[in-house]
Amino acid sequence: MSLHAGIDVEVTDVVELNALVKRFHFARPDGQPLPAFSGGSHIVIEMQDGTLRRRTPYSLSSSPFDTRDYQVSIRRDDQGRGGSLYMHRGVVAGTRMRISPPANLFPLDQRAPRHLMLAGGIGITPFMAQTAQLALTGGECELHYGVRNRSLGAYLDELSARLGPRLHVYEDEAGERMDLDRLLSSQPTGTHLYVCGPTPMIEAVLAKAAKHAWPAAHLHYEHFAKAPPGEPFTVRLQASDRTVEVGAEQSMLEAIEAAGVEAPYLCRGGACGQCETRVLSLEGELLHADHWLDEKERAAGEKIMPCVSRCRGTVVLER
Amino acid sequence: MGTIEPSIRSRPVYGTLAPTAAAAHLCIADAAGAAALLDLFAAAPAGFADAAEICYVPGEPDQSAALQALGAARFHESPSVFALLPRLARQFERMSMGTQVYLAGSESLIGLAMMTGMRAGLDYQAMQTEHRGTLARRVQCVHCKGVTERVTTQPVECAHCGLLLLVRDHYSRRHAAFQGVNINAEDPSENPPMEEVFR
Repeated sequence: MSLHAGIDVEVTDVVELNALVKRFHFARPDGQPLPAFSGGSHIVIEMQDGTLRRRTPYSLSSSPFDTRDYQVSIRRDDQGRGGSLYMHRGVVAGTRMRISPPANLFPLDQRAPRHLMLAGGIGITPFMAQTAQLALTGGECELHYGVRNRSLGAYLDELSARLGPRLHVYEDEAGERMDLDRLLSSQPTGTHLYVCGPTPMIEAVLAKAAKHAWPAAHLHYEHFAKAPPGEPFTVRLQASDRTVEVGAEQSMLEAIEAAGVEAPYLCRGGACGQCETRVLSLEGELLHADHWLDEKERAAGEKIMPCVSRCRGTVVLER
Repeated sequence: MGTIEPSIRSRPVYGTLAPTAAAAHLCIADAAGAAALLDLFAAAPAGFADAAEICYVPGEPDQSAALQALGAARFHESPSVFALLPRLARQFERMSMGTQVYLAGSESLIGLAMMTGMRAGLDYQAMQTEHRGTLARRVQCVHCKGVTERVTTQPVECAHCGLLLLVRDHYSRRHAAFQGVNINAEDPSENPPMEEVFR
């Protein structure tokens, strides 16, 4: 799966939700509806940042029942590779962009009688779409939302109106914490658990779920991992017979694409496994940053996920 | 007692019961499956029985005394699987996530108990299973939808509509039954020999 089926869109609105988060609205210039999607889906946004072409995934935060536009809510990350800064600084109403069709790696289990959602910070975005979906389809849900403080908590008013007492907000600066032991030990049979937020939060929730013997089939999580910046390095593409320099602010996948090589991908967040590539030889070190390869595969050093992982030195890939 | 041969993907496969760190344990077995519960409790850490409930469907030879001797916090005996299911449905509704379900015995017992758990919203993979005893099948006739119990032969006559059915490995977790398809639809005078294959 690649961006070959990209959609040309126009930014129709940019809304500042708080000091850190902006919401971007995308619509087709001809006003036709965009493809249908389900809550939890993401799109990949293509950004032409000077000579650099970034493709970064963002969850859709708007209702799946309204495809006149897509909305994504992006938190400005001053330490990131620059995708969010590009969106915050360079993208305004009227900007033409290209996005991928939506794909869902964080779907609701529609068989579940009840959904327990845990969000941390900007990890709220997929739940905006999912709670909008459940508000119409009638599923039972409960949302626990950790924010740094109330002024930085995106969508608090909307969620409060939508969920009423089923919304629980925890203000970090006031010392409020989710009581995971109580939450995870008191859910009725059939509850499915969804968590989206910073990696330490996801890991803490999964550890507690294991402690309380939650079955894996009832656990759903989305790492909000973006390709990290790093030192430049060199990639040799054996099949394509090309040598590619990966810049500090560029992902390996983006550099491969910039060299004109079509590589498969889906999530661009190290979660889906689509971009898995064989390592043929290596001078240096693989710096894995994905959630796809297991410990054994990492130790073997025969595969890498170019969407988020990097290298020190020079690597030869089968691609 | 037969072994399960590898087959198409929908044909259920079973594991070996192993104790988990769950706060509560719900164990369901028939007479053949009782041995799997004995193994489970033998492998379990101290305190396991105090947090366990056993639901038992008796058969031959009866294992009631051996199971009661395990000292589970609750022991319940139902005269048949079908008598057990409504109680089980209520149990599933009452319990909370983090209760481990263990199913041991015939495919019918495992399948029916699992179906009840799935109706309560549990994923089928969330329940541990171990097959012991008979391979006799619950078979749903795809023509009349009637279910024939304890099928051991191939083919089998549908207990509801009388058609001669080829018993497939195609399995439905929602019905807890294998699929039976008319074997002589082209020529009803054809009567392939019935062999006992599901023992």
